[in-house]
Amino acid sequence: MKQECDKCGKPATVHLTEIVDGQKTEKHLCEDCAAEEGITVKASLPISQLLEDFILQSAGRDESQELACEVCGLTYAEFRERGVLGCPNDYDAFAPALGPMIERAQGGASQHIGKVPRGAASTQKKHNAILRLRSELHSAVAAEDYERAAALRDRIKEMEQS
Amino acid sequence: MKLADLTRTAGEWLRGAGPMHDVVISSRIRLARNLAGMPFLTQCAPDQLRDLEQRLRERVLAAGIAPEVLYVDIDAASELDRQLLVERHLISRQHAGASHPRGVAVTGDETTAIMVNEEDHLRIQVLRSGLDLAEAVEEINRIDDRLEDCLDYAFHSRYGYITACPTNVGTGLRVSVMLHLPALKMTGEIEKAFRAASDMRLAIRGLYGEGTEASGDFFQVSNQTTLGKTEEQIVSEFLHELVPHFIEYERQARASLLARRSVAIDDKAQRSVALLRAARLIGSEEAMYLLSLLRLGVNLHRVDDVDTKTVNELFLLAQPAHLQRLLNRELSPQQRDEARAALLRQRLGAD
Repeated sequence: MKQECDKCGKPATVHLTEIVDGQKTEKHLCEDCAAEEGITVKASLPISQLLEDFILQSAGRDESQELACEVCGLTYAEFRERGVLGCPNDYDAFAPALGPMIERAQGGASQHIGKVPRGAASTQKKHNAILRLRSELHSAVAAEDYERAAALRDRIKEMEQS
Repeated sequence: MKLADLTRTAGEWLRGAGPMHDVVISSRIRLARNLAGMPFLTQCAPDQLRDLEQRLRERVLAAGIAPEVLYVDIDAASELDRQLLVERHLISRQHAGASHPRGVAVTGDETTAIMVNEEDHLRIQVLRSGLDLAEAVEEINRIDDRLEDCLDYAFHSRYGYITACPTNVGTGLRVSVMLHLPALKMTGEIEKAFRAASDMRLAIRGLYGEGTEASGDFFQVSNQTTLGKTEEQIVSEFLHELVPHFIEYERQARASLLARRSVAIDDKAQRSVALLRAARLIGSEEAMYLLSLLRLGVNLHRVDDVDTKTVNELFLLAQPAHLQRLLNRELSPQQRDEARAALLRQRLGAD
């Protein structure tokens, strides 16, 4: 479809077909005239820039750079520079940015299910024991070991109710 | 027990010939631990670093983790002693090179070393000869429990044992297995093995761990993820799935070399022994290269008057700090080449 712009005669790149009350009208416009008519927005930004802006916005990067820990004083930007955190509280203080980063680095995992210090609250231990059983249940089902899966399911129920 | 006592032989974990020792030199497990209510090291004031080192030194020595424990104040140690500990895999290069109050506790048999004030407040490591992770994890768990009785660890409901670097959170556990893969290197299949390793989310490093290049025939393979699996799961994956792959690849490559080019293998091994028994000056790199070929020859029973234990020990003793400790004086690089050649001739029964 090669046509000239209805308004200025330059090659038309926007082709619009409108049907209003059964009346069909066609418009052929160049990019500039279409933008003037409010039909299209001139895409002056390269696509990579648009994508980058979108990613930055959704990642909330600008805000995370300003995250700071009230306990040790470290900022998220400083952490990114050094690669090491300042104190245990940073894990909570930087959670919005650090959480997704840990998940990526840990192959999608975001919850500890291993050893718990004996000193830690017993609820935490129970919590992790249940998580561990769930992970075992998952592999039992994957291995089609249904007998074991059923036993694990019962134990999880039991622990959750205790 | 003094540091000087360590020099004459290699640690039990290196001298021994544990399971799968034809391919697996040693197994190592380490745990990263930090104290609750304390900043990580980079955010500590100088007096906090001093307090931490003193407190941890006292507690580690009082915990009774082994009948005999040697504590080395790394900040006060000589450059040579630090290097010696790095060569023995008892401390990291980073720990040797830092400049703040720090130390290491080493058990008499050198199978356990606890670094104080490394990247984390505590880095506990257990070493074993060959592929022996099951025993290593049991032992490190026992030591961790002992320490936990007198220390309050930083722990997070979601991230588990929390660490200065977020890549260690969760279990804080890293398994490293040192592999000797000369046949894969010779047949050019080593790249394939590396690609498989990265698919399995494993890191491959050189002989001295983090920051060292994987060169020569020795490679350290370790897990990259520490969160979302139990300690037992991580270890069992290594022991039963990951490491057996490498052992199998290497053994296949050795078998195919023997089948197709047994004369070439004999030639390499016998030339290595001959050179090691004859050299009057030998550099560190050349010695490593020849010892690696000799080790292969011994494991394939092509060289029968040397044993694996002797070769393993020489890898360690032929290094710069060890040579200087053995002779009890500082040596220039050229003097070291001479001392190294003399040591090799003596231990390989040439003189």
